[in-house]
Amino acid sequence: MKITVKLFATFRQGRFKIAEQDVPEGTTIADVLDTLAIEVADVGMLFVNGRHAEPEQRLAGGVVLAIFPLVGGG
Amino acid sequence: MDKILRVNMTNLTVKVEPVPADWAGLGGRALTSTIVAAEVPPTCHPLGPNNKLVFAPGLLSGTAASNANRFSCGSKSPLTGGIKECSAGGTSSRIIARLGYKAIVVEGKPAGDTWYTVVVDKDGATIKPETEVLRLGTFATVQHVNEHYGEDFGVITLGPAGENLMAIANISVKDPESKIRSFGRGGLGAVMGSKKIKMIVINPEGGVALPLADPAKFKAANQAFTKTLLDHPVSGQGLKKYGTAVLVNVLNEAGGLPTKNFTSGQCAHHDAISGETMYDNIVARGGEPSHNCSPSCQIQCSQIYNDKDGNYVTSGFEYETIWALGADGMVEDLDVIAEIDNVFDDIGVDSIETPVMFAVAMEAGLIPWGDGKRILELLRNDITNATPLGRMLGGGTGHVGRAFGMTRIPVVKNQAIPAYDPRPIKGIGVTYATTTMGADHTAGYAIATNILNVGGKVDPLSNDGQVELSRNLQIATAAIDSTGLCLFIAFPALDIPACLGGVIDMLNARYGINLTGDDVIGLGKQVLKIEHAFNLAAGLGPETDRLPEFFELESIAPHNVKWDMDQKELASFWNF
Ligand code: SF4
Repeated sequence: MKITVKLFATFRQGRFKIAEQDVPEGTTIADVLDTLAIEVADVGMLFVNGRHAEPEQRLAGGVVLAIFPLVGGG
Repeated sequence: MDKILRVNMTNLTVKVEPVPADWAGLGGRALTSTIVAAEVPPTCHPLGPNNKLVFAPGLLSGTAASNANRFSCGSKSPLTGGIKECSAGGTSSRIIARLGYKAIVVEGKPAGDTWYTVVVDKDGATIKPETEVLRLGTFATVQHVNEHYGEDFGVITLGPAGENLMAIANISVKDPESKIRSFGRGGLGAVMGSKKIKMIVINPEGGVALPLADPAKFKAANQAFTKTLLDHPVSGQGLKKYGTAVLVNVLNEAGGLPTKNFTSGQCAHHDAISGETMYDNIVARGGEPSHNCSPSCQIQCSQIYNDKDGNYVTSGFEYETIWALGADGMVEDLDVIAEIDNVFDDIGVDSIETPVMFAVAMEAGLIPWGDGKRILELLRNDITNATPLGRMLGGGTGHVGRAFGMTRIPVVKNQAIPAYDPRPIKGIGVTYATTTMGADHTAGYAIATNILNVGGKVDPLSNDGQVELSRNLQIATAAIDSTGLCLFIAFPALDIPACLGGVIDMLNARYGINLTGDDVIGLGKQVLKIEHAFNLAAGLGPETDRLPEFFELESIAPHNVKWDMDQKELASFWNF
């Protein structure tokens, strides 16, 4: 199945801003992080279609997964 | 810090008084709000002789404590009609604290048309007629002070907007680079202008190191506190690198980035105006990604942003400003946004109220969407010269919306709503509705827990737990605002217990007291209650603790949600 992955801030370095990826059915967010060599501990926010998500969540085809390091502002 | 400096503009006299015992344990916001509540009649006209303007360094300002050199300005706001406290960086807080002043209280109002400069020194102040810097922008005014008084003087001043008593006018403070930091919100520049003060300059000569009851304990506490600032990923790395503008992409993903005058929660050109793009531009053009607004800041969320030729354009280039112009007003070019930010600083207008007002003016058809050049013209011509059109715009978001008969006017208590849509982020909606300040995200930054996963997680799309979240944050914020510490210490404070522990230890070591965490929370509650009582007496009753109706009528994409919090539940905010 196809998903769209968006990376932000430092996660873009040496990777990409946005990419479509072909992943097996049943793939979790943690699996995607693994293939990107991003440690779960370094992740600040995960959004699937604009909703907060956890690493163990399974992804459905067509979703947009956004991955942020811990950042903030105000 | 054992003196209060009173500057009376009615009879042009100055008095130095001892600090009353009741005020000894107060600083920053706790002190400004206490003095305003005690001495300003809540029903007075904000621009009349009975209003006062109070400047107060925080309880830790002037010491070696990291991030503690911010200060508060309090008054009755001409924008909201309620009590106001703003926080600003710059160099003045430390100087005022080291001269021994716990507060500077400006009162009264002169008859006649003469403008004045107030020169503060260790023995008091002199009030002298001012002609040379009238009508000058804030950058030129600071330059004038550097040349004619001294580079090390503190400067608190007004741009043309303040001289013309506009409700969007802020008060500008000189920063370490002789650029500008601001007491931004609520039109306090108009209050200073009504008292005919163009600038307050502060002579640092004779300032002394502040006494510490237990120097060794203070040093250890500051080290422990500073370590938490550097260890936490948000304050230690994130803010340094990307500034606050990193939030553009975060809020866009979360569907809470108000776009085109609050008609969508996402913005198609978000990446062009993001913190990531800003960082790339800064590095490519020889600017500085990390920079401090005030002495002793370890977090350094500010930056120096240059144009394509490497020339300075702006600093302190904040998420709020970038959002308001870039997404809410649809200006797609970050360089144009930077230029507008510079003009905001120079003419002395709030960089939230003003651009949110422009987005409303765009919807009204007065300006084409995204037309940054037209905004620059209106700022440089109409607002600077106070033409009738400039005065209409200078009245702020609510004023312009009413002038054009609009219903989508994003204000609470007549103050513009900042960069987070309350429909998909309910916690911040509670803060906007209930804070004594009018719509103000900093009063109880629920974004931390609703969106950023700092201080736990509370689902932003659900009403559950939001009132309690906002209440706890507002209480803690009122306490932090009283210390002189930058509010961004809240990121580590929400996650690392040693952070607040360090703050309490520093307060105890500075003053030789035995405050506990409960005492600090108690101080926060006391501040909110004082402010709330002032607002009730000023006519801002419970019916003003609400969001504008359009949030209940119009749902917002992508989550397609409305504001649907029960008014009774909102009112329970004050049950403490
Ligand atoms: S973190 Fe930013 S706002 Fe806070 S003191 Fe430092 S530069 Fe100023």
